[in-house]
Amino acid sequence: MSEHLNASGSHGDDHGHDNSGYHASVKGYVTGFLLSVVLTAIPFWLVMAKVLPSSGITALVVLGFAAVQIVVHMIYFLHMNTRVEGGWSMLALLFTGVLVLIMLSGSIWVMYHLNTNMMPVHNASEMRNMP
Amino acid sequence: MFPVQDILKLVFGRLGPDAIPHDPIVLGTLAMVTLGGLSLFVAMTYYRVWGTLWRDWITSIDHKKIGIMYIILAVVMLLRGFVDALLMRAQQAMSFGDNTGFLPPHHYDQIFTAHGVLMIFFVAMPVITGFMNYVVPLQIGARDVSFPFLNNFSFWMTASGAVLMMISLFVGEFAATGWLAYPPLSGILQSSGVGVDYYIWALQIAGVGTSLSGINLIATIIKMRAPGMTMMKMPIFTWTALCTNVLIVAAFPVLTAVLALLTLDRTVGTNFFTNDLGGNAMMYVNLIWIWGHPEVYILVLPCFGIFSEVISTYSHKRLFGYASMVYATVVITVLSYVVWLHHFFTMGSGASVNAFFGITTMIISIPTGAKIFNWLFTMYRGRIVFDVPMLWSIGFMVTFVIGGMTGVLLAVPAADFVLHNSLFLIAHFHNVIIGSVVFGMFAGINYWFPKAFGYKLNAFWGKCSFWFWLVGFYMAFMPLYVLGLMGVTRRMSHFEDPSLQIWFQIAAFGAVLIAIGIACFLIQLAVSYRNRGQLRDVTGDPWGGRTLEWSTSSPPPEYNFAFTPVVHELDAWHDMKQRRHQRPVAGFKAIHMPKNTAAGFVIAMLCVVIGFSLTWHMWLVAGLFFVLVLVTVVVHTFNYQRDFYIPADHVTEIENLRTLSLAAQA
Amino acid sequence: MQTSTLSAAGHPVRFYDDGEHHPQQGTLLGFWIYLMSDCLIFAVLFAVYAVLGRGYAAGPSGADLFNLPLVAANTALLLFSSVTYGLAMIGMQHGHKKAVLGWLAVTALFGLGFLGLELFEFAHLIHEGAGPQRSAFLSSFFTLVGTHGLHVTFGTVWLVTLMFQVGRFGLTPENKRRLMCLSMFWHFLDVIWIGVFTFVYLMGVLP
Repeated sequence: MSEHLNASGSHGDDHGHDNSGYHASVKGYVTGFLLSVVLTAIPFWLVMAKVLPSSGITALVVLGFAAVQIVVHMIYFLHMNTRVEGGWSMLALLFTGVLVLIMLSGSIWVMYHLNTNMMPVHNASEMRNMP
Repeated sequence: MFPVQDILKLVFGRLGPDAIPHDPIVLGTLAMVTLGGLSLFVAMTYYRVWGTLWRDWITSIDHKKIGIMYIILAVVMLLRGFVDALLMRAQQAMSFGDNTGFLPPHHYDQIFTAHGVLMIFFVAMPVITGFMNYVVPLQIGARDVSFPFLNNFSFWMTASGAVLMMISLFVGEFAATGWLAYPPLSGILQSSGVGVDYYIWALQIAGVGTSLSGINLIATIIKMRAPGMTMMKMPIFTWTALCTNVLIVAAFPVLTAVLALLTLDRTVGTNFFTNDLGGNAMMYVNLIWIWGHPEVYILVLPCFGIFSEVISTYSHKRLFGYASMVYATVVITVLSYVVWLHHFFTMGSGASVNAFFGITTMIISIPTGAKIFNWLFTMYRGRIVFDVPMLWSIGFMVTFVIGGMTGVLLAVPAADFVLHNSLFLIAHFHNVIIGSVVFGMFAGINYWFPKAFGYKLNAFWGKCSFWFWLVGFYMAFMPLYVLGLMGVTRRMSHFEDPSLQIWFQIAAFGAVLIAIGIACFLIQLAVSYRNRGQLRDVTGDPWGGRTLEWSTSSPPPEYNFAFTPVVHELDAWHDMKQRRHQRPVAGFKAIHMPKNTAAGFVIAMLCVVIGFSLTWHMWLVAGLFFVLVLVTVVVHTFNYQRDFYIPADHVTEIENLRTLSLAAQA
Repeated sequence: MQTSTLSAAGHPVRFYDDGEHHPQQGTLLGFWIYLMSDCLIFAVLFAVYAVLGRGYAAGPSGADLFNLPLVAANTALLLFSSVTYGLAMIGMQHGHKKAVLGWLAVTALFGLGFLGLELFEFAHLIHEGAGPQRSAFLSSFFTLVGTHGLHVTFGTVWLVTLMFQVGRFGLTPENKRRLMCLSMFWHFLDVIWIGVFTFVYLMGVLP
């Protein structure tokens, strides 16, 4: 990509430091790793051992764990905070998050209504048996 | 060892001698294009421009050159897209009852599809990208964009998409599905030919260019502003450019994904949008409009920016309500993601969904309304000069308001049930797009041409072009509103009811007036070039501009600014003039600049081959060239020597010339 | 050489800098924005899976097909690879070229292991007649998981290329920037995988 410095990197280092905005540490990665392990193991256990009574609740719980683990990854692995790149990284992330939510929920809502009104059968369980 | 047919099939896929169409209109066009192309080639060789072309333009990473190339591409593609429009108007004006016109339905279908694709992807998108590329770095006091090589690459990828579309005219056929190619019509069962594949690959390749350009300009605007230029001191065009590029980065991935899914359906046999095995074609419509609605705001926002700059300059007044303009732009950016369903109210999602999106659609018209008032208040009590860009701006305000109002009408789901896919809809979107994008293009070209080329455009032919466009537009599209209200459906090549014909004939005449308007524009370019001596812009600030691009010479030196300007106020150049700044005349330093490169052009041309071979199922060639692209990219990353320094005495030489020319003016 | 006029308070107003202004490097921000756009591509694929993911077309469902222990193993591989990449970055911070190359190699191995297991899973499904053409559910499954796998593949190719470049040219500022970009990319892929194993696999086996 654009290099406004030459390969000898005489003033590149300063800029490199300015822009990194973080200092990684072994402790950070280990913490992130352990948290991720726990946040992964529990959902797998909940599903494989059929721990909770209803699949609806299981789905919500499992999604909740995923959301938390994503935040863990953002903090411990991606070093996301409000200071990186003058806050623009965080803004970009939040904006993207909002759009993802809109696209997912909007599509599901719209398609559910379309399917209900326009598809030949109205019963969801019959849908999966339609060729 | 291997049968010849198998080898031929492996290498050539479904490409064969029957790929050249037999249609006389197409063959005639092919003959003309070949002749024209050959003459151009001969002329270029005779005048020995190939070296200059390669060194100074094709391999250039200078945002100014790239911006100009984008606009040239757009103007050339405008000519083809407009010919499509003339063909359609002619067909619809004559094809009634026993007269079937001169375009059989299958050909007509390809024409309206190509017209839409060309105008949106290869005219409107390149033109706004060209303006943003040229103007934004100058307006923020930067020397180039953040990623100059990517910028060059982005342009060539867009050009590659256009090349594929041009090839589709003469080798094979184009999609006959409409510009959004809804399945199941665009699926493999109903469109088994190459048309939809050409469509897909032209858009995917151009889409890569557009997305990268979006990232480039966002990084540029955030990171490369001159010292002192806070966000709220940025020129309004830069603000609209920022929001546009945010929209681009956030919307084009959706298009990429959806077209990829359609490709999988067509090539691999997946079932995303098929009628059976669980597919759901309505999901395509849903997703494509999640892209499609932000896309139209991508087209319109930069034009709002152009008009803001033009209106304030020619009213000799600062823009009224700058802060509210910024907020309105940001609000439009965010809201454009919650209105998409209004493009398919009639698909059957029901009252609650339709009501929600109908309301959001009405809400999004409000910030635009606020902008109109701000422009009017800017003009109020200004010392207005009715130069060509100002004429286009006034034309825009009237035209866009009418088109916007028909949009609010269509936002009412109940009304839309009657008017969806009628000529009323066609009239509406042409009303807003021509009013904003086309008028904005001509306003911008007339406004910034002297900056880019060093001489003004001839005003007389510019005014002729404007009036023919304005009158022609209304004659061409107002009848369509009438026809739409009477129930006439879009995309029809033949009609039975003779009482409709008069409206189509008026519309056709309007299209002819527009054609004259375009001819006037081309004449304007030629006449201005011939008279460039008298039209020269020696100061760099022919209109009394307010923003930093007008502080440079016309054209600017390749490094834009010998010393980076320091900004104190909004309308930085106006502020500098008011406070009688002194332009530095000595002490120039060496300037760090990126080198030209052929890599972007090469990779993009390889992508043309990939797109062509994927279209024709030439899998071996496609695979080979894909590997070639990867290798080229990797090899390119091993090149670490991508910049150089312009020596201080060279800078001094250039700046001294400017000092002399400014002194001669005084 | 500064040029100025006097402001109201009598202090010189600078309108031009002294030639020392360097524009900020936009690579890391630009790459982050690219990742956000990539996130939106995945969002579309997730949306498609959400809408079409129960379209079994009287064929096999997730419950019939998914091998959760295999998925758990894959998740572990990817998570380990994220940590080892992080250790490479720490090495980079300290300027230890050998450590960087070593940890990058380990990361690549984990990545290849992930891809290997995934290809094995896909081959098995296709062999069972549950390929992407069987139903909309399977089309969505293969496309979403496959796209993630393609990204991991490109990431691995990029990683190996960077290993060559760091090996040959050292930890130059340009190479460090590239390593930081790949770092973002690699962790981002792990984030997407969290979505995949939750939304596709875990929720896919629920009735």
